[in-house]
Amino acid sequence: MGLPNGVLRELKQIVGGHQVVHEANDLKIFERDGSISGALPDAVVLPADRDQVAAVVRLAARHGIPVVPRGAGTGLSGGAVTVKGGIALQLSRMRRVLRIDPASRTAMVEPGVVNQDLQQAASRHGLFYAPDPSSQKACTIGGNAAENSGGPHCLYYGVTTNHVLGMEVVLADGSFAWLGGEAPDRVGLDLLGVMVGSEGTLGTITRILVKLLPVPESVVTLMAAFPTIETASHAVSAVIGHGILPAALEMMDQVTIGAVEAHYRAGYPTDAGAVLLVEVDGLQESCGELSGEIERILKENEATNLRIAEDPDERELLWAGRKGAIGALGRIKPNYYLHDGVVPRTRLPEVLRRVGEIGDHYKLPVANVFHAGDGNLHPNILFDLRDAGVMDQVEGAGEEMLYAVVEMGGTLSGEHGIGIEKNAFMPWIYSADDLEAMLRVKRALDPAGLMNPGKIFPDPEREPRLTARAGFCAEARWW
Amino acid sequence: MGLDIRDPGTFQGPDAPSDDDLSTCVHCGLCLNYCPTFRVTGLETESPRGRIYLMTQWKRGGLPFTEELVRHIDLCLGCRTCEAVCPSGVPYGRIIEHGRAEVERLRRPNPKSLLVRQTMRQLLGHPVRLQAAGAMTRLGQALRLTGLVPQSRVLPRLTGAYRPPAGRVAPPIGERRFRVAFLLGCVMPIFYRPAHEASVKLLQLAGCEVWFPRGQRCCGALFAHNGDLEGARGLREVNQRAFGMEDFDYLLVNSAGCGSHLKDFYPNLGTRVRDLFEFLAEVGLPEPRQEVPLRVTYQDACHLVHAQRIRKPPRQLLKSIPGLEFVEMAHADICCGSAGIYNAVQPEMSERILAEKMEDLLSVQPQVVVTANPGCQMQLEAGLRARGRQEVAVKHLAEVIAAAY
Ligand SMILES: Cc1cc2nc3c(=O)[nH]c(=O)nc-3n(C[C@H](O)[C@H](O)[C@H](O)COP(=O)(O)OP(=O)(O)OC[C@H]3O[C@@H](n4cnc5c(N)ncnc54)[C@H](O)[C@@H]3O)c2cc1C
Ligand code: SF4
Ligand code: SF4
Repeated sequence: MGLPNGVLRELKQIVGGHQVVHEANDLKIFERDGSISGALPDAVVLPADRDQVAAVVRLAARHGIPVVPRGAGTGLSGGAVTVKGGIALQLSRMRRVLRIDPASRTAMVEPGVVNQDLQQAASRHGLFYAPDPSSQKACTIGGNAAENSGGPHCLYYGVTTNHVLGMEVVLADGSFAWLGGEAPDRVGLDLLGVMVGSEGTLGTITRILVKLLPVPESVVTLMAAFPTIETASHAVSAVIGHGILPAALEMMDQVTIGAVEAHYRAGYPTDAGAVLLVEVDGLQESCGELSGEIERILKENEATNLRIAEDPDERELLWAGRKGAIGALGRIKPNYYLHDGVVPRTRLPEVLRRVGEIGDHYKLPVANVFHAGDGNLHPNILFDLRDAGVMDQVEGAGEEMLYAVVEMGGTLSGEHGIGIEKNAFMPWIYSADDLEAMLRVKRALDPAGLMNPGKIFPDPEREPRLTARAGFCAEARWW
Repeated sequence: MGLDIRDPGTFQGPDAPSDDDLSTCVHCGLCLNYCPTFRVTGLETESPRGRIYLMTQWKRGGLPFTEELVRHIDLCLGCRTCEAVCPSGVPYGRIIEHGRAEVERLRRPNPKSLLVRQTMRQLLGHPVRLQAAGAMTRLGQALRLTGLVPQSRVLPRLTGAYRPPAGRVAPPIGERRFRVAFLLGCVMPIFYRPAHEASVKLLQLAGCEVWFPRGQRCCGALFAHNGDLEGARGLREVNQRAFGMEDFDYLLVNSAGCGSHLKDFYPNLGTRVRDLFEFLAEVGLPEPRQEVPLRVTYQDACHLVHAQRIRKPPRQLLKSIPGLEFVEMAHADICCGSAGIYNAVQPEMSERILAEKMEDLLSVQPQVVVTANPGCQMQLEAGLRARGRQEVAVKHLAEVIAAAY
């Protein structure tokens, strides 16, 4: 373990002595992201600009050292975890918004720009960046692009890939490539599309050109309580069945509502079985009409306690509760584990029933909070890692839930990516031929397999079960 | 190097953070971008999540206790911004206070931390010694001699300490609505007499009979924030006796760090403690009598906005003053790098944070910047002076409001 001295020296020459962390004890603090997996890097390197990124990658290529790009480390599938050791390329110092062009409604940013900071910069021009992951206070645009992240408002606006126009990438050999461009249409092979969502396995993003949208003239946010998850799910289907596509359509179950209220006092009724947040935006007139229509449909579907946010403060509070929901679950148990499977929306009630049964079977509390509009589940299994043997149960439950999703015609992840937590399940949805085809793309761009190795694709060198992996159990003892 | 303790037991002293407190952190990372030390370094080790992880590892035996690792705890400002934004309710203020106490217990006695502790105990804990002319300057010199305070740091000029009125009671102006006790504090009366005068005047205007209990001392906030819980407990006893002698509705505090400490650390008094601006915004002031034609921006004191969650009242009060133009600067609620005695013991990091603050501050071109804590006031003054921008005045919020009467 550890990098050869010569390599460390060169790394320090490239980025400066203070920008290389290599003390074994310090490295321990970089071993995790927002998920529960962890593994030690050999060094953490903080480049200041694109040229330093390229120089570090070139050096790593020369010595056959794995490189793992890291944004804010909020990822939920272990994407930034250095499972094969190597260099964690921490991009948090590259946090400049390079330019905002109000005329073409685009922004060029460095990868370490925090999503919320971009929103703020854009808002000064009456613009906004549509993808709004619940972690937007902290997560980076680079991380968002690498995970093809979504957010509550992606129901209407589409996920990250629909908002990235181009990017500069440092490939595995340290060379630069520019993909995409200013124009909204892409011709030829869609290499940009391949790069978005590739979880750092094809290269390191060093600049991103994103689309901005004008802030809508009017926004209406409704909160509706329902007696059960079932009734709320039917209401969701009814709204969309009427041909209405709201900007956002989010659901939280009773467990989540309780945890959220404790911190945010967002005004969700704690006795409700489920709460829906619905938002429509656009021109003043059409907004009012649409929200009236939605209100009527929700009421027909047993909504109680329907409330419309009176002012921006109230709207922000309603959203703060939803966006902080996953973190707020820490009030119930100190650890969470979640998969973000997607099912066809009509099967929501069925899959949620199954998730509940699995939780009961394993005697683990489950909190559901999700993008109901596009059938994207987030069943959070709540537990305390300090309880002996619990991890085995948690993983078992998680795996069964995900399997149920796939059985109902769904897929493994809506937005959190595959990383190391779901790569073993890829054969559930792809044939060996499919996987081989994807691997060929990977090999074409990264023949030595140094960019974020061990992610996305099943890893023959590693046990599929996290708990069975060497190192992990020791981990669980400490954490 | 320091000690190297690997078995669980490292972080097990009676004052160490509890495992339950530490485990409330779900490692989500939502606090990172709000942490001033993470913002300037980009390092997980200088983030709230990293620090909690470190202390957890110490407690559970995953990491040895070394002087290098302790540095990450030393570099925490204790600004509690992370606590205010954490959705999981991590009690970071309590964690870092206890973490520091435990670190001080475990770490090899080091001249710097011993000196800091001794000076604090000698001076802040004893009003007589502190008030002895120039005591604070002596503290400054003592710290500077050891290289703790850079030469560029000039302490504010002394204008004579604030003294409570004869009989230790200031009568209400108009009808008597409340009887309140006033915390004089340790640093405030010496360095910021005008702030105290203005605060008392505002309380009188709000219908308060203001009482200045005899025998009160420093509240102990600086002690607790720097790992000297024992010293803090001693002062708590003294103050509880002093304030417990008589009856009053509220205990009024005009310095954010003290208010937050009293609320958290004084179980008997805590519920009656009110920050001055929290109180004034609630009970109301009479109509202002004159215009205050100034362009003013506001720097949130961390212990007001994050620890006490008081964000709107100061802004509300400023906006209600006729003639005053209030401009909000970017990142007003991010720490200025003062953080008690942090600027003295961690000058380099403090300076980096201050530099960002100065940029945000100067870009809104204020005539006056106001805040509500003596530490912030000193830090902002030092920052402006170092940049040759003394034309921007730094004032306590009470002074600016009182100017309207
Ligand atoms: C409380 C909470 C709520 C969340 N809510 C949502 C949500 O609503 N929607 C959603 O989609 N996700 C959500 N997430 C997951 C996570 O925030 C996103 O995946 C986010 O995009 C990760 O960004 P990051 O900067 O933290 O990246 P990291 O976690 O640091 O990295 C994620 C992946 O991206 C790669 N990567 C990072 N930067 C680059 C780069 N410059 N070039 C190439 N590869 C790179 C890494 O190698 C890794 O594989 C949530 C997470 C938490 C903790
Ligand atoms: S302190 Fe709170 S916000 Fe920060 S990582 Fe821990 S749980 Fe998340
Ligand atoms: S108290 Fe302030 S400096 Fe310390 S970890 Fe929290 S946000 Fe960072």
